[in-house]
Amino acid sequence: MAEWVHDLGGSRGFGPVEVEPGEPPFHADWERRVFGMTATVMAQGRANGSEFRHAIERMDPGWYLASPYYEHWLTGLATLLVEKGVVDREELEAHGAPSFPISRAAARADVPPGAQADPFAVGQRVRVRSFEPRGHTRCPGYVRGHRGTVVRRDGDHTVPDVEAHSEERPAEPTYSVAFDATELWGSEAEPGATVHVDLWHRYLEAVE
Amino acid sequence: MTEPAHHHAPPSPIEQRVAALEQLLTEKGLVTSEFIDGVVSLYENDIGPLNGAKVVARAWVDPDYRQRLLTDGTAAIAELGFGGPEGGHLVVVENTDTVHNVVVCTLCSCYPWPVLGLPPVWYKAPPYRARMVREPRAVLRELGAEVPADVEIRVWDSSAEVRYMVLPQRPAGTGDLTEDELVGLVTRDAMIGVARP
Repeated sequence: MAEWVHDLGGSRGFGPVEVEPGEPPFHADWERRVFGMTATVMAQGRANGSEFRHAIERMDPGWYLASPYYEHWLTGLATLLVEKGVVDREELEAHGAPSFPISRAAARADVPPGAQADPFAVGQRVRVRSFEPRGHTRCPGYVRGHRGTVVRRDGDHTVPDVEAHSEERPAEPTYSVAFDATELWGSEAEPGATVHVDLWHRYLEAVE
Repeated sequence: MTEPAHHHAPPSPIEQRVAALEQLLTEKGLVTSEFIDGVVSLYENDIGPLNGAKVVARAWVDPDYRQRLLTDGTAAIAELGFGGPEGGHLVVVENTDTVHNVVVCTLCSCYPWPVLGLPPVWYKAPPYRARMVREPRAVLRELGAEVPADVEIRVWDSSAEVRYMVLPQRPAGTGDLTEDELVGLVTRDAMIGVARP
């Protein structure tokens, strides 16, 4: 199951989905500035999307859950800029931010090894491997170890587990894999529900 | 920059941090206020759910377009001029009498920006991300989108590069409406799958 706070699928204890009628794209000017700065820095290629996501995922778990969405972006952006040596925290504090918390340092990456198997076919039964990532992954915890069926094969895409931690850019197929709700949630599962998750090739193994 | 003149409260810690970062990046020549204003304006004024509504209405009136949309969402959506960030790989999933689709991103906030704009807070917040994969029927009921027991629910977790949009069913009794009039019936929530028109 999930071990990182952002990996929320299936987590228990959360209450109602709170909808704000007529919600605007941004709720405050600082959110606009964060969105625009992040778009600028990413467009310049100073960091890739996997690094950005991982920088957010490294926030202290309590802070992550309690903070608004664009504070995640601000923290991810500032963390990457500090780690890449573009800015330092003393400079930030000298520009009027008495304290500028950032995310925790990355752990050593433990990337699942590249899969040797041939690409899977639509209709094939697969099992999600039971790895326990200490670094970035896009394999949600709630499907690890579970069996599903490939329903769509997409193109080859760079493996985020590698992209977030190195200069290597291996590309592999991604698939949409359908999981029956009872496979994921057992006797608690709602009837007549299927959950589709998009997964990289190396997250999967064939079921004989 | 982040502090309007009429704003009397002192800046909050988050406002101080954002202002400090923008000032520092501006001094280093890495960002400009003009670029930031431009990209913000795109998502406040130009790119939003009206784009997706036009795609849906076209699919409702043009069976050939509907087929292209379901076969290659990215290409069919580009026919109407929509594409760009978070839209490189768009997949459209169709509601029918027996299937209801709903989209989530359990790991972060992935969302089809070119057709729906930026996601609402609830879509990015923990309750929706945690619960939609475990108890979709219950969450949909709470949101006012009761799905009949004999209709299968398909949840799509946007965990890789594909971004999903739902093609809702055309409401009954709309046979006389024009494509433009149909656009007005399509809501953002129906295209996420949390409303049933």
